[in-house]
Amino acid sequence: MAGADLIAGFGSPPGGGGPDLTRKRTTRSVSEQVIKGLLAAAAVLSVVTTTGIVISLLNETIQFFGEVPIGDYLFGTDWNPLAGGDSQSFGVLPLVFSTFYMTGIGLLIAVPLGLAAAIYLAEYATPRVRKTIKPTLEVLAGIPTIVLGYFALTYITPVILRDLLGIEVQVFNGLAAGIVLGILVLPTIASVTEDALSAVPRALREGAFGMGATKRQVVTRVVFPAALSGIVAALVLGASRAVGETVIILVAGGASPNLSFDLTGPQQTMAAFIAQTARGDISTGSTEFLTIYAVGFTLFVITLVLNAIAIGFVRKFRQVYE
Amino acid sequence: MSETPNTDVAAEVPRQEREASGINVASGLREEPAAVDTSTPKETIFSLNDVGVQYGGVPAVEDVTFDMFKNEITAYIGPSGCGKSTLIRCLNRMNDLIPGATVTGTIAYHGQDLYASNIDPVQVRKRIGMVFQKPNPFPKSIFENIAFGPRVLGMKGNMHEIVERALRRAALWDEVKDRLKHNAFGMSGGQQQRLCIARCLAIEPDVILMDEPASALDPISTGAIEELMLELKENFSIVIVTHNMQQAARVSDRTAFFNVTKVEEGKRVGALVEFNPTHKVFTNPDDKRTEDYVSGKFG
Amino acid sequence: MAAASTTPQRTAIDPAPAAIRLKERLFAGSLFLSTLVGLLFLAVLIIDVLQDGLSNLSWDFITSFPSRVIPENAGVRSALLGTLYLIVVVAVFIVPVGVATAVYLEEYADRDRWWNRIIELNIQNLAAVPSVVYGILGLAWIVRGPLSLGRILIAGALTLGLLVLPVVIVVAREAIRAVPPSIREGSLALGATKWQTIWKQVLPGALPGIATGVILALSRAIGETAPLILVGAVAFARFDPTLTSQFNALPIAILEFVTDQERIFHDLAASAIIVLLIILLLMNSVAIYLRNRYEQKW
Repeated sequence: MAGADLIAGFGSPPGGGGPDLTRKRTTRSVSEQVIKGLLAAAAVLSVVTTTGIVISLLNETIQFFGEVPIGDYLFGTDWNPLAGGDSQSFGVLPLVFSTFYMTGIGLLIAVPLGLAAAIYLAEYATPRVRKTIKPTLEVLAGIPTIVLGYFALTYITPVILRDLLGIEVQVFNGLAAGIVLGILVLPTIASVTEDALSAVPRALREGAFGMGATKRQVVTRVVFPAALSGIVAALVLGASRAVGETVIILVAGGASPNLSFDLTGPQQTMAAFIAQTARGDISTGSTEFLTIYAVGFTLFVITLVLNAIAIGFVRKFRQVYE
Repeated sequence: MSETPNTDVAAEVPRQEREASGINVASGLREEPAAVDTSTPKETIFSLNDVGVQYGGVPAVEDVTFDMFKNEITAYIGPSGCGKSTLIRCLNRMNDLIPGATVTGTIAYHGQDLYASNIDPVQVRKRIGMVFQKPNPFPKSIFENIAFGPRVLGMKGNMHEIVERALRRAALWDEVKDRLKHNAFGMSGGQQQRLCIARCLAIEPDVILMDEPASALDPISTGAIEELMLELKENFSIVIVTHNMQQAARVSDRTAFFNVTKVEEGKRVGALVEFNPTHKVFTNPDDKRTEDYVSGKFG
Repeated sequence: MAAASTTPQRTAIDPAPAAIRLKERLFAGSLFLSTLVGLLFLAVLIIDVLQDGLSNLSWDFITSFPSRVIPENAGVRSALLGTLYLIVVVAVFIVPVGVATAVYLEEYADRDRWWNRIIELNIQNLAAVPSVVYGILGLAWIVRGPLSLGRILIAGALTLGLLVLPVVIVVAREAIRAVPPSIREGSLALGATKWQTIWKQVLPGALPGIATGVILALSRAIGETAPLILVGAVAFARFDPTLTSQFNALPIAILEFVTDQERIFHDLAASAIIVLLIILLLMNSVAIYLRNRYEQKW
């Protein structure tokens, strides 16, 4: 606040007249400052966490690249860190490929179903139907991933794939893992897309209806394109979630990284590899153990980039409608 | 047949004739505002000198110089955008809450500069209370609403007595004495506003600021609030902002008329036009603009 | 004029031709069916789990320790206790830290300062980091490294806490923001200080929203497996855990059961899943109850 120009005559209160309004260093005022400091410290924890993640990963990753040439890592197509002698190989591409491949399969399931569900809920469903279906989607979103992994291994593979569809898959296969991965991200895609669709102003719809368009035309030609950047954000968020998912692949996808498109055999993503290595009995100082950090760092960077892309699309969407 | 438009009729009739016949310049007034006794010197509570308020550098109100006195009701009137609410919020440092708000000039309270660097706004607000336009009771019981102020201020004494006294002073005790534990949100608008007044009274302030306290209420509740103000005047000093001229004429001792004096960068800037005993402002104002406003020519 | 009307005036509003109506129906229908597919998955999943696991569910199951060798005697005692302890410790961690962060960002922080914007950006990014990476952080900084707590329950709780902290912060901020400014003004105008206003008016008003959010965050935390793997939860623990001992947890137990080769262990996995789902169901019911009973409508 701008200080007032003290005019002669106004200053300390006349004796016995005015009240004392001055600042005092009371316990209350000191504790106000202390509290503010504590609150700020809590907020800073988030920064400390990120720094912690980056440093812990970076440190050990650098150590790893002291022992494994970075070129071998980034461009090698053979991932076999536990093999002895000459067979030992640290090419990360199979893991990266598998990660994106599984994510792709998952999105193949989640995107059409998720978008359809979102469009239905946002544009077609009556309030009563919405009230029943939305919570169910939320329940689906709340299922722990280990349960989904169990489901993939003990039901999807034997009952759906083998018995029902007659596909010859191994016990651990990429198809079951990919499908269930899709079920995992379906609620995310559905709910973010539904938010995006709902944010499209009614005026746009009414304008189209007023021209005699059918509901289908309004939805597909007006609302959907208008919500497009929000929908893309939903897809990228879903992809980001799928990329980072660990346990479904760990349980249902097996333990052999495979640089192949064969879905009937095992697939291992970066996250699944990290978890599996940690479960094993590998000495913590060894190069094999350091792979956890190197792969973890690679995974971290990929999800960060995906997240930044998603935020970019969300911003673009908000700019238009808010 | 006069060719002058209707709005000039009042100007054509000589002023003395109008006063004699009881027709006031302020259209629609039924009674004349009581003349306030300006002969005996009153204790000054606020003394404003060349006060201005800016938001982010853009002035909202400027050129304000006048005094307010103890145990009186001072009304601020004027068209919207003239800065009356802005000014009243300076009196208890509530403008501090708005980032980018600055105050120039001097606002003295009992001789002390309210904006001196060593003044604690929290202490200021303990003595200068405020009632807002829209009643804002806390989502708690009636009792807890009243007790909140005394508790945080560390007032000693029996809380039940303090609450009862405040509610009696606000003419609310009889209506709520059996439902003190009920949630305040269940009250009507008029009751809620009297609750807010009682809440303010409970901390035993020196001054009560009221920013359009009855504008959100129905006429009957408005009447109750106005009666209350006249009762409270005996023990407190009251400053009220109102867009209702008749209300100002009914309750206030002195009236300050503000007007929009210019438009800067699309924002309106207000200033004090006239400050006089209410009776004078509504029957024989010094400034033509005041006369135009109270006679309904604009605003 | 030759342009005298050759087409009769259309005054009647004809119904849409059958082809168009069919297209509309098909479109809406396919959307509806697609929505049902997701729900179908859920239904089948639950039925399958119940079928596999219900039979093994018994008091013995809950009170015995897991066995690597004898499936008939195996139980989830250590895992169940571990999960319950985790709920408590994670809550003790995330509530003060999360609410404090939210209060700071909403009530004290000046949005224009660069450091405050960095904090907000960080929280956004942290929400997207995979849970396994949090596990690595837990391993590197909490189990070993600066904190060096070892593979104990508190380490697991802190790791899970960091994972779900962004959820608490976001929910708490929304709840605080929902408290109208008029309440704050009313409090300050009475001579209360900023913190008095926050502690006695704003936080109590935001409490229902915060509580619901905390329970949601806890639900997420105890369903996570990957961070616990990294932090070294012991799958076949045959002892009751304490805060500073090694520990087991339901997701880890389920993982061990399901990755074993024997079919019967698979069924035990299903039983453990049922226990976990029941806990989650209870927590979410409490959240819904709290929300409905105490929700503050401003």
